[in-house]
Amino acid sequence: MNKTFTAPDLQGYYGPFGGAFIPEMLFQNVEHLQQSYQEIYNDPIFQRDFHALLKDYVGRPTPLFLAERLSEKYGSIIYLKREDLCHTGAHKINNTIGQILLAERLGKKRIIAETGAGQHGVATATVCALKGLECIVYMGEKDIDRQAPNVARMKMLGARVIPATSGSKTLKDATNEAIRDWINNPTDTHYIIGSVVGPHPYPDMVAKFQSVISHEMKAQLQEKTGNPLPNRVIACVGGGSNAAGAFYHFLDEPSVEIVAVEAAGHGITSGLSAATTQLGVPGILHGSKSIVMQTSDGQVVEPHSISAGLDYPGIGPMHAHLFSSGRGRFLSATDEQAMHAAFEVSKLEGIIPALETAHAFAVLGDLQLQKGEVSVICLSGRGDKDLSTYMNAMNEQ
Amino acid sequence: MGRLQDLFEKKKTGVLNVYFTAGFPEKKSTVEIMRVLQAEGVDIIELGMPYSDPLADGPVIQESSAVALKNGMSIAALFDQLKSFRNEIHIPVILMGYMNPVMQFGFEAFCKKAAEVGIDGLILPDLPPFEFEQSHGEIMKQHGLDFIFLVTPETSEERVRKLDQLSSGFLYAVSSSSTTGKEKNMDAVVSYIDRLNAYQLKNPILVGFGIKDKASFHLISGHANGGIIGSAFIHQLQKEVNYTAATQTFIRSILQ
Repeated sequence: MNKTFTAPDLQGYYGPFGGAFIPEMLFQNVEHLQQSYQEIYNDPIFQRDFHALLKDYVGRPTPLFLAERLSEKYGSIIYLKREDLCHTGAHKINNTIGQILLAERLGKKRIIAETGAGQHGVATATVCALKGLECIVYMGEKDIDRQAPNVARMKMLGARVIPATSGSKTLKDATNEAIRDWINNPTDTHYIIGSVVGPHPYPDMVAKFQSVISHEMKAQLQEKTGNPLPNRVIACVGGGSNAAGAFYHFLDEPSVEIVAVEAAGHGITSGLSAATTQLGVPGILHGSKSIVMQTSDGQVVEPHSISAGLDYPGIGPMHAHLFSSGRGRFLSATDEQAMHAAFEVSKLEGIIPALETAHAFAVLGDLQLQKGEVSVICLSGRGDKDLSTYMNAMNEQ
Repeated sequence: MGRLQDLFEKKKTGVLNVYFTAGFPEKKSTVEIMRVLQAEGVDIIELGMPYSDPLADGPVIQESSAVALKNGMSIAALFDQLKSFRNEIHIPVILMGYMNPVMQFGFEAFCKKAAEVGIDGLILPDLPPFEFEQSHGEIMKQHGLDFIFLVTPETSEERVRKLDQLSSGFLYAVSSSSTTGKEKNMDAVVSYIDRLNAYQLKNPILVGFGIKDKASFHLISGHANGGIIGSAFIHQLQKEVNYTAATQTFIRSILQ
């Protein structure tokens, strides 16, 4: 058998990680997805509809931009994959477009989703409005308070935003509430998970929908550099959906270095961090086996990151496998380093990145980039949603 | 023969299984509540191991788990509390919980310890049959622990038969697809149980989710071998400060 890092086995395992650890109440729904997603995904008519929406509604292909001043500063060649230019401002919509078309095919009338920073919630509310489907978004009570503009956008798009009031009242708990909703509504509801997490087939399905990012990169690199393969691809990782998409078509190309950047929060050892691969151990969260931040008696702990989108105590099973097998190089950036990088990119390239994305830029100085090497950074989202955080930082200076 | 097999040998109907969360309402209340449950005539005790992310549970049991964790409850602490409970508790006791904390304890170490203190069986709702058949099932068997799978009204006949084959002790029929503590349409539940009965399964059937009082317990007992009460009992423990009295009052309201 060919060793591949992209596709899980039939039970949804990437090496030792993945699977479907779900209560029987979810079995019918998850099995139905397991049996149908490949066939639907491979159907030419589905592909036609998917790519038509990506082109005319999302605005794909997104540009691959040569960041000249950044390249000059780091003495190497740096390209930016402009996912921030997608409709709704981030890569999240690639997945929600795919899943809403899938939900239509499955005959589902009601869509649920979880959201942390609100980007996935907005992307879900958007495609539900497009298709006229009922949309319910679970969002941690704490996140509702700190992400007011995205809550307003979801409501304007016709979604109902339900606060998750259990546990720590953030993304992990919003995900729990969405899964409980799915248990309680087993027939008419499709759950659009926003990252490459959850029970099989979600990690594979979401990675496939996001893989359009690296598919385009390859063609664009060929055109711009004469070689479809860069020396490395860099992306930030929370659950890991933009990273999965940016890495996907390069994972089985050993010459391409894969760099994943986690959120170190106040610092890896500070007790306020979200660097899952550094701090976690193998465990089960939200239906799959992966690396999970937890106490010694197996209680999931609340992570910390300045960026709500990376504030997650787990990581997708595909990434856990990239980490444990050594295929991926896992680095981290603190809140402060990410903030510094956000201002640097803004001033050097005229692009204000999302705080999540800023983490990917923050490691450029650590990579010892060589002259003539080509690196691609997945610029996963734009920074409008983080303006109040950026303004506070400017006021403090 | 195990305690569960013994029980169902003697008692074919009206078996009452009561769930509560270990370490709730107080860390030290676990064994005392078990004592009262036994004295009041409960047949099986299902002891919940608190977890930070209990996916299959509704708000009442979630809340009790959060309190238990705040009280400092853990699997290690629970085994410590259960060290000598078999000197006084003689009815079957099963542990219910989620895979992650059990994995951290070490699955094999967990089974060994559970068997050592006198636990009869396990319910781990997020351990699916595929994983059970890989290795977990064999480990439980080696330690003489029964394992109880859940089935729901959406579970196909073929799959019910498979889960029945893999289970021992009893089969846990979830009254309808939901989290714990939701209201149910009892007519639909009864016809679902009658359908399960028609399959002539090897295990006795206990019905859980939505069994909350004397009426629903009696209704279900006329069709299944018995019922499982969880959220309604936890709710009583939340309302009343004296947990011994709350336990007495609640069980008497079901059985008398």
